[in-house]
Amino acid sequence: MDVVFLSRLQFAAATMFHFLFVPLTLGLSVLIAYMETMYVKTGDETYLKMTKFWAKLFLINFALGIVTGITLEFQFGTNWSRYSEYVGDVFGPLLAVEATVAFFLESTLIGVWIFGWDKISKKAHAIVMWLVAAAGTFSAIWILAANAWMQHPVGYEIRNGRAELTDFMAIVTQKFAILEFFHTVSAAYILSAFFIMGVSAYHLLKKQHVEIFTRSFKIALIFGLFFSLFEIVEGHMHGADLAHSQPAKLAALDSHWETEKKAPLYLFAIPDEKNEKNLIQFGKIPGGLSFLAFHDFNAEVKGLKDFPKDERPPVLITFSAFKIMVGLGFYFGLITVVGWFLRNRLLETPWFLKIMILSMPLPYIAIELGWVVAEVGRQPWIVYGLMKTSDAASPIASGQVAVSLVAFILVYGLLGAVGFYLIGKHAIKGPD
Amino acid sequence: MEILQSIWFFLWGLLWAVFFMTDGFDFGVGTLYPFLGKSDEDKRVMMNSLGPLWDGNEVWLLTAGGVTFAAFPAVYAMMFSSLYSALMLILFALILRGVSFEFRHQVDDSRWKKIWDTCFFVGSFFPALLFGVAFANIFRGLPFDSNGYHGTLLSLLNLYGLLGGVLFVALFLQHGSLWICIKSEGDLMERSDRMANNIWPVLLAVAVIFLIASWFATNLYDNYLEHPVLFLVLIIAVAALVGIKYFLLQKAYYKAWFSSALTIVSCTFYGVIGLYPNMFPSKMDPSTSLTALNSSSSPLTLKIMLGVVIVFIPIVIGYQVWTYYLFKGKVKIEELKY
Repeated sequence: MDVVFLSRLQFAAATMFHFLFVPLTLGLSVLIAYMETMYVKTGDETYLKMTKFWAKLFLINFALGIVTGITLEFQFGTNWSRYSEYVGDVFGPLLAVEATVAFFLESTLIGVWIFGWDKISKKAHAIVMWLVAAAGTFSAIWILAANAWMQHPVGYEIRNGRAELTDFMAIVTQKFAILEFFHTVSAAYILSAFFIMGVSAYHLLKKQHVEIFTRSFKIALIFGLFFSLFEIVEGHMHGADLAHSQPAKLAALDSHWETEKKAPLYLFAIPDEKNEKNLIQFGKIPGGLSFLAFHDFNAEVKGLKDFPKDERPPVLITFSAFKIMVGLGFYFGLITVVGWFLRNRLLETPWFLKIMILSMPLPYIAIELGWVVAEVGRQPWIVYGLMKTSDAASPIASGQVAVSLVAFILVYGLLGAVGFYLIGKHAIKGPD
Repeated sequence: MEILQSIWFFLWGLLWAVFFMTDGFDFGVGTLYPFLGKSDEDKRVMMNSLGPLWDGNEVWLLTAGGVTFAAFPAVYAMMFSSLYSALMLILFALILRGVSFEFRHQVDDSRWKKIWDTCFFVGSFFPALLFGVAFANIFRGLPFDSNGYHGTLLSLLNLYGLLGGVLFVALFLQHGSLWICIKSEGDLMERSDRMANNIWPVLLAVAVIFLIASWFATNLYDNYLEHPVLFLVLIIAVAALVGIKYFLLQKAYYKAWFSSALTIVSCTFYGVIGLYPNMFPSKMDPSTSLTALNSSSSPLTLKIMLGVVIVFIPIVIGYQVWTYYLFKGKVKIEELKY
């Protein structure tokens, strides 16, 4: 196997594993900060118990997010040195700013929060958690701006044989970056809400710690409901923007082969990449794709056949990942709306609580598939339209990468197993 | 442009120096952990002495890495792809160290604790050693030319490289032992006091051998001979090293620790100054060496990043100093979190 393929596998493994933990960190930090603030405001000990219980799960998750993040920053250098050299002038600053402005704050203050219960005032302690949450969000802004630049490069010029920065703010404020930020952070909030609802549902089913978990469930429900509905609208905008920013990805998302006006949408289809058509398709909505992409049933949507074969993303993977993600997104909206009507009868509706326990893994699946859509759907480019992935890898021996890939899988696999075991153990045990 | 590049070169050196100064005592404590931690309580005190600080300290590494990427992308690309296996070992070690803090106290079982004790030691000792090996090899020059890199992990383990590794381990052991003196009480403090006293002559000997070996193995002294005033840095390093022993004898641990911090920073700068303007020199063909002048980002990127660093690094130092101040003094048994 060649270095490019192995490096892609390694980056995928490292990033997807990292992203098992990041979303919960982003969302839970906000909700814990809220619970602690309520404790400080009302003096109600239940809020303190909630804060401490969720924090215990949060911190295990946080540790795994931190340690798996470190390797990512260095992998651009170890495995993608040609990429780093070619675009480092533009891409490097985004990562450096993230570390300087956001990650320092998050990592320093989490220590203050864990160890500072008796060292600073209650109010200051709650503020520290808000700052941890804010720092996580700042990190997301920079990291997602960096990814958005790979999806839709702006603010640069090719000079001296490389991409050089011309407009820093253009990169941070471009539409793609803003859409990607809200999309990812909302997804993280949905995941966190479902995490809290799932764990709470488990205890409510057993009718234990009812006050703590009813309150936790409701807070998460409102949070989850809002962001699930927001995400449906935002996700649509993000998808529609691809018509301008990444037309090849858009075509792959819906397995759309022929350039046509009044492009249809199919409720079900199976792409056949070899023969450049769909093996099966039914449930035709005439003009549906045109409408989603351009808000106009008659608009022309470029089909995959109009892109050279070596500039099309793998259709089957991109298409399937997208459809499942979207399906799950609608499910999150639906089930949280149902939850809204049942919110005051949780103990009497065990079937709903069971559904919420079973739903816990779904946002994880949706969020990982979202990255598959973003990254696989961008192929064969590492920077869309600017640099191909095949030109980006380091000129190193594939044996080295094979060894580190195996090490990643083993170490991460073990740590992930231990991490989820501990989170599960404490979640089931409940508050002290 | 050359001034901008030079400023960035020294900022780059400064970030590494601060990383070694802060995470250095974490590495030292972790390496001493199996030797000084006789009881479970000792071990917990040692771990908790780093508890609120290690994570913030580690970010200096990410910032040093990020700044290398932003300001010197060609160096970032060449350095980390050439030293692939060494860097991967460091990263995996750091992962094990990081999780051992959080995992060890989660299950009350001696075998479970043993696993994370081992990870904590491995994750502290190997980065200390490997960073030293890597930097000594950079001082020495690496085997690459216009056709690429020709070395392996084993070729880094040359005599001078290993000496650099031993020097780093000794520096961090000194730094860490003083930290435990500051943070612990009673028996543990006495043992770490003895340890700090025992490490000092070893550190002194290794440092002297390293300085002499650098004369033969590297070109570090060229800049010093050209500008003898630079020898001041070496004098500071030696004075700080002597200061460690001086304060240690008085049991003034905070002062000894600051001397040790200054020793680490000045030792790093000893190398960085000698290296200038090289950042990743070639041993095979000096014309292919990567320098601050031929590998930097564009002026615009350097200026933007300079603005970011000038504004934010003082803020970071501000809240990190506050954190150190907040958690000053001995670790109390009743306040153990890990």
